[in-house]
Amino acid sequence: MNFFGTLSIDSFVQTSAVAMGAQVFVIVAATGGVLWLIFSGTLDWLWREWLTSLDHKRIGVMYLILAGIMGVRGLADATLLRTQQATAALPSSGYLSAEHFAEIFSAHGVIMIFFVAMPLIFGLINLVIPLQIRSRDVAFPFLNSLSLWLTVAGALLVNASLVVGQFSAAGWLPYPPLSELAFSPGVGVDYYIWALQIAGVASLISAINFLTTIITMRTHGMRLMHMPMFTWTTLGSMLLVLFAFPLLTVVLALLFFDRALGMHFFTSTLGGNPMMFVNLIWAWGHPEVYILVLPLFGVFSEVVPTFSHKKLFGYTSMVVATMAITALSFLVWVHHFFTMGAGANVNAVFGIATMAIAIPTGVKIFNWLFTMFRGRIVFKTPMLWFMGFVSTFVIGGMTGVLLSIPGADYQLHNSVFLVAHFHNMIIGGVVFGFFAGFTYWFPKFAGFTLDERLGKWAFWLWVTGFLVAFMPLYALGLMGMTRRLYVVDPSWQPLLIVAAVGLAIILAAVAVQIAQLVVSVRNRERLHAGHNPWGSHAPEWAPLPPVDRTHNTGVAMCIGALAFLGGFGMVWHMWWLAILALAVSAVLFILPPFKHV
Amino acid sequence: MPVLFPHGVVASQESALIVQATLLMLIVALPVFFLLFYFAWRYRASGRGRHMPNWSHSRFDELIWWAVPIEIILVLGALTWTSTHMLDPHKPLSPAGDAMVVQVVALPWKWLFLYPQYGIATLNFVEIPTQTPVEFQITADAPMNSFWVPALGGQIYAMPGMINPLRLSADSPGDYHGVSANYSGAGFADMHFNLRAASRDDFDTWVASVRKGKGVLSAPVYSALRVPGVAATVAYARVQRGLFDRIVGQFLDAGSPMRH
Amino acid sequence: MSTHQHNHSLFGLWLYILSDCVLFAGLFATFAVLRGQTFGNLSGSDLLHLSTLLVQTLVLLTSSMIIGLTTQAKSRGVILFGLAATFILGLVFIGFEIQEFAGLVAAGAGPGHSAFLSSFFVLVGTHGLHVAVGMLWMLILGVQVWLHGTTHAFSRRLTMLALFWHFLDIVWIAIFSIVYLLSTTL
Repeated sequence: MNFFGTLSIDSFVQTSAVAMGAQVFVIVAATGGVLWLIFSGTLDWLWREWLTSLDHKRIGVMYLILAGIMGVRGLADATLLRTQQATAALPSSGYLSAEHFAEIFSAHGVIMIFFVAMPLIFGLINLVIPLQIRSRDVAFPFLNSLSLWLTVAGALLVNASLVVGQFSAAGWLPYPPLSELAFSPGVGVDYYIWALQIAGVASLISAINFLTTIITMRTHGMRLMHMPMFTWTTLGSMLLVLFAFPLLTVVLALLFFDRALGMHFFTSTLGGNPMMFVNLIWAWGHPEVYILVLPLFGVFSEVVPTFSHKKLFGYTSMVVATMAITALSFLVWVHHFFTMGAGANVNAVFGIATMAIAIPTGVKIFNWLFTMFRGRIVFKTPMLWFMGFVSTFVIGGMTGVLLSIPGADYQLHNSVFLVAHFHNMIIGGVVFGFFAGFTYWFPKFAGFTLDERLGKWAFWLWVTGFLVAFMPLYALGLMGMTRRLYVVDPSWQPLLIVAAVGLAIILAAVAVQIAQLVVSVRNRERLHAGHNPWGSHAPEWAPLPPVDRTHNTGVAMCIGALAFLGGFGMVWHMWWLAILALAVSAVLFILPPFKHV
Repeated sequence: MPVLFPHGVVASQESALIVQATLLMLIVALPVFFLLFYFAWRYRASGRGRHMPNWSHSRFDELIWWAVPIEIILVLGALTWTSTHMLDPHKPLSPAGDAMVVQVVALPWKWLFLYPQYGIATLNFVEIPTQTPVEFQITADAPMNSFWVPALGGQIYAMPGMINPLRLSADSPGDYHGVSANYSGAGFADMHFNLRAASRDDFDTWVASVRKGKGVLSAPVYSALRVPGVAATVAYARVQRGLFDRIVGQFLDAGSPMRH
Repeated sequence: MSTHQHNHSLFGLWLYILSDCVLFAGLFATFAVLRGQTFGNLSGSDLLHLSTLLVQTLVLLTSSMIIGLTTQAKSRGVILFGLAATFILGLVFIGFEIQEFAGLVAAGAGPGHSAFLSSFFVLVGTHGLHVAVGMLWMLILGVQVWLHGTTHAFSRRLTMLALFWHFLDIVWIAIFSIVYLLSTTL
């Protein structure tokens, strides 16, 4: 048995100039970052105040930083994809090879969902939930830190594939048999499996943590039907994580057994069943969509009343709608593969169940609108994001209902119409919702508000950029353009160029947002805000009781580092490394309780 | 836009369905847009709209916006139920059972078409008669693909060891673009083919000309096609007997019945 | 540690067990889909060795009873004895399982030989892995009680371990019924 498993010097060789550029960039950035930390003398401070902190607020901020860094990576991937498609109208084949293009679209999806969207919502939840239910911290502060560091380990593993080996080229959900060893012999799919396996466990631990926190640690007198809406939607979202993520764990493990141990769960040979993978992964994947969007529905239920200077309309309806969405989201996964050949009855039932979700979602939207009715609306940026959210989300909702009608889906499935639809939901719902929540709660933690002028600029650029980037994709889908093409038909090129311009506008919007942060920090004296700048009545805005300092521990971060090493060992079949990392992690995990029995 | 301006009976029904459903949804979506911008303007802080900070509950109003979406979804649900059964790919287009059969094999990264009624085969292009129901029997000897001819109608997955049926029919003669819609590896972008719909006479002439050709789709020729790579168009005058059944059967347990 | 902490941990464990139920549900579903895919190798009815299985079941159920009683015990000695007995019975259970797996592999029916065998090994093996983790937990609690005696935190942990162990019992009953007994009817 080889000490380095399947790893060799050749694994470091990247084949294209773009891939080599990325490799060099990651190495330089990582070394530069570490050197800067050591020589600027901030390492000690960082270690004491942040990396080892068990404070939910700091953990929340670190989640957001992770999302920000990975967001840059995800946007860089998007830029490569858009520019390739805009320039690769046959006979030109653009500047990316088919394999590299596939790696990039796979990485883009994985990164945006697992390492941007998930950390964004966990960041917000960490920051706000304990304040909203007025508990001192979460139920298990150590596990909270562990979740963060395991998520970071997963993110590092995805990026490690830029340096050594390659990433999966089988899509963000790697359907077998393509993702099986026979068709994907490299380590790409293994990087995918272990990055997600580790991050998935982190999400599961977080769900247990926040469910326990919300159920058992609410302040005296806060009954369930007194909980703020953000707490309710987080509860729904975390219930979904609890019941959906174990399925992800299973499906990734089985795929790994197929690949590494020669088993036959999803192979097309010896009785394996690829369709089972598709079912299992979507039984996780559909709830995942609502895991992401539910907390942001909660954000809007906080933002709209505050800026309309009015109580939230129809609280009970909102709670019922939230829980209805939570339950229904487990009953619709088949709509992701109507075209796999199930019978008409099955397809119709799942189609109708999917549409049923539009009912509670519609009710929520009407309740927000009637919160504005007879209000006194101030259009600060969070409220603008709400306006942007409804305007775009309704379009996405309509195209979603279209896709849920099997007869229509036969023509729209796997086309870029579908790509436009889910970006419509994720950008309009999750991303805009996050921006609303971030701007809204920022002064609670920073003590000053974000610059409004730049915030409004960013808003208009984002909305414009989104429309310009994704409306053409709806049209292209109807023109018969399928997703994941590295070369395209010349007749599609004009609209693809428009879409690329849309992405450029989005990039400008992000640049403005970065500028907004910098400018706001610089002008923090002028932007200084009281403890409740928006005049909200929600519980998290009441002054906080002084918190006794929580103790720190570096154990969670060490386990995160070991998880990275262990995952790396699994990818490269260095079993000794994986086993060693697991054993040391177990010891680290077990030891602390011995200290204070 | 082949999806909205189709050339086949199935695609026409599907595009009508898309339009119908969109119109139905606008019944909810338009009021949402209107109310959003009207309320935003009317109840802006500097506006003159009445301010009722504590008005947060009205059983009657809420009943309306639970009821309206529920009814729209009931209508859409009924539409879904009937259209899903009508457009079920398993259902023959004509009750007479006079469909022409084309067996389709998705290979890495090419499409193979077998015409069992004529004993010929084609690679990366397919020809069918117009105004005739065609039953495509679709399988794969490759990763999962999806067989899609947008101008004629919606797609279905091509999977190893399985035969998925898809019934299509072309209204008028023409060349229509066909693709794989499900990512299947590096050569995926090259997995497209031309579907030519020709009048019955032209089609028969074409079949006769193919039969006069020399190419034979034998086991060794087929094995070469299984090797990943792209290929040009080829017509085969003859096909080895039982080839399609063997392609499907190679993934199945000898003891178990073939899955459909 | 406050009673608050007690509630948190126990509640958290219940949530974990719920999520573990979903995990096993996924594996059971996989098994159900693949159990006919034997490809000429062993099938479910070949795996049913009723006497061994009955002993295995009895061993696990007895261990569950013992750990249940142990949670009621007050003295350090009784608790140590209870933990040790449960541990040994767990070891016997695992021993049988390893023997079964090794026998199958030796007979050319390893997990790579058919989809049915893959799903069998992974479902049963995952349960076995859980039992092994439970035994590790037992070992740790044994050391703790030996070093520090019965503290409040200790009895909380013991209760949680017992809950986990009972849960594994229930999973085993499901495996016993679905994997082994129902296979004969196929």
